[in-house]
Amino acid sequence: MSFLQIDKVCKSFGPINVLRDISIDVEEGGFLVLVGPSGCGKSTLLNTIAGLEKLTTGEIRIEGNVIDDLAPADRNIAMVFQSYALYPNMNVGQNISFGLEMRGMPKEERDAKVAEVAKTLQIEHLLDRKPGQLSGGQRQRVAMGRALVRNPKLFLFDEPLSNLDAKLRVDMRTEIKRMHQTFGSTIVYVTHDQIEAMTLGTRIAVLKDGIVQQYGTPAEIYNDPSNMFVADFMGSPAMNLIPATVNGNRVEMTRADGAPLVLSFDKLPATVSARNGKEVMVGIRPEAITDAAGRGGDKCIQAACRIDVVEPAGADIYAITVLGGKEVVTRLHQDWPGMANQSAELLFNLEKIVFFDPQSGERLR
Amino acid sequence: MSHSSQPAFSSGRLLRACLYAVLILFAVYYLLPLFVMLVNSVKTLDEIRGGNMMSLPKNFTFEPWLTAWSSAQIGVEPTGLSPYFINSILMVVPAVTISTFLGALNGYVLTKWRFPGDKVVFGLMLFACFIPFQIVLIPMARVLGAIGLAGTTSGLVLVHVVYGLGFTTLFFRNYYAAFPDELIKAAKMDGAGFWRTFTRILLPSSGPIIVVTVIWQFTNIWNDFLFGASFADFDSMPMTVALNNLVSSSTGVKEYNVHFAGAVLAALPTLIVYVVSGRYFVRGLMAGAVKG
Ligand SMILES: Nc1ncnc2c1ncn2[C@@H]1O[C@H](COP(=O)(O)OP(=O)(O)O)[C@@H](O)[C@H]1O
Ligand SMILES: [Mg+2]
Repeated sequence: MSFLQIDKVCKSFGPINVLRDISIDVEEGGFLVLVGPSGCGKSTLLNTIAGLEKLTTGEIRIEGNVIDDLAPADRNIAMVFQSYALYPNMNVGQNISFGLEMRGMPKEERDAKVAEVAKTLQIEHLLDRKPGQLSGGQRQRVAMGRALVRNPKLFLFDEPLSNLDAKLRVDMRTEIKRMHQTFGSTIVYVTHDQIEAMTLGTRIAVLKDGIVQQYGTPAEIYNDPSNMFVADFMGSPAMNLIPATVNGNRVEMTRADGAPLVLSFDKLPATVSARNGKEVMVGIRPEAITDAAGRGGDKCIQAACRIDVVEPAGADIYAITVLGGKEVVTRLHQDWPGMANQSAELLFNLEKIVFFDPQSGERLR
Repeated sequence: MSHSSQPAFSSGRLLRACLYAVLILFAVYYLLPLFVMLVNSVKTLDEIRGGNMMSLPKNFTFEPWLTAWSSAQIGVEPTGLSPYFINSILMVVPAVTISTFLGALNGYVLTKWRFPGDKVVFGLMLFACFIPFQIVLIPMARVLGAIGLAGTTSGLVLVHVVYGLGFTTLFFRNYYAAFPDELIKAAKMDGAGFWRTFTRILLPSSGPIIVVTVIWQFTNIWNDFLFGASFADFDSMPMTVALNNLVSSSTGVKEYNVHFAGAVLAALPTLIVYVVSGRYFVRGLMAGAVKG
């Protein structure tokens, strides 16, 4: 049985349906990431789990027990907020122990717990400071401490890193992952940053307009997106989506100079072959289009394409060409000798290509 | 570069000088009455009669102050202003405390525990800020009579609490509107309920706005004459009404020096409150204005 079960949850504010029929299960010790563009209902879903918002229909269970009628404080859940929400009038120690105090824990016990958590998070020297005297990263730690000290069954994080600068964000990301590995806690984590989602989650739910677009492991989401929204949203640079025409076992797209680029497959998925003569959307990640120095292999097709722009990115080079009237990003080796405005031989990895219905955006399997 | 910036620099200086001249002029204009009151309150009556209002005292005396405080004729009793000073304190302290606390509570509910129709309730409270007090005198007198508080200090406290509530609510509502909702959510997760969230988190973070509200309420209630004259009887008369009685008492000669001393005494508490906490007043008003 799953640890946390979100079962057909709907939430509306008046006439606006913010969450629509959301069902997600998380196993004990799992790290679920809710990812999606701003305004898609991530925070609302997190708040319903926390009990800060009442859900309209559906059920949420922890270890099989329905928690919908419990007050937030009685759910044994801790939450880390985007703004950290540290009480400005209390010092760090008081902030961390406030939840324990509200639960009637005696002072000595509280102090011992605070000291322990402060040691784990290396914030012992900050205990007497007010939140206003802390840096962003330190506040973040204190907010984590406040959650950890209660030793809850479930942690909720609402975009905890979005107020930090880029460098610190990466460090704290690692730290959260380490914390998850050390304590084995179950976590639901909200972010709009797909890199955070990929790096942290054991399971990812991609949301859009209050609907789960896809729920799966990071690898499933990345390699096997269920629609064009997920394909486009997850991954950086995004997956290339190229209009193409089906012709028997071949898929054809036009190059910048008008010449067709033909990808011949041994076998196309039935739903794609069924669209013979019609348009499909080809999805291919930048790393599946590489220069001729690449591994190649029998499942690759080589074709010459004109390179418009070259963007060296350290470890790789991103080169942009035009296919099917769209800019296509390719990921080439660091030592690729080519230049912009020249033709280059590119290898297309057919195994990594997916197809979508251009109208509905759904995956064609 | 330097030759073009030089004239700009000196014209800036000139502007600044003019500005200060005007400001000093205004300051003098406002401080002159205070000066007149202070110098004449330490002169003898003869010196006032025979001399110039603006001149400094030749024979410095504290006698008028002592008279005003403890023996001047107020109405028919030669009690001085001191009993009425006590009356004012007994009225102001509870009225300010209660109206500030209720304003904070209202602001908290109106921003953090919103309910259907909360905007209407707030609108009505704001409306109360703009009702001219003369309109409510007679209804209020009837209400005070009906509940048995006519002519008492408690009655005055009630009146001032009711009519201060609009402003105190407005102050706190604007202040708490800028207080992050996530803090309230965090408190809920931590297990704090309605009251503990209010007393442990909101109130301790409200220093600036409490100062603003207390100053505002203190000066308004202390300086109020209309309600005091209308609803107080002889035993509960506040300082302002007593001062009026002192100045306008018809028996004997007009003791201007005593009158001046009495007026300064009546103004002293508000003056002290401003001097002690005035800088927080400006800071608190700005905080409310910018964030709200
Ligand atoms: N209390 C509320 N009343 C009305 N609408 C709300 C409320 N809270 C959130 N919404 C709406 O619900 C949608 C989802 O909000 P939210 O869950 O905060 O999005 P996210 O966290 O994914 O950015 C938004 O369109 C927002 O305007
Ligand atoms: Mg959000």
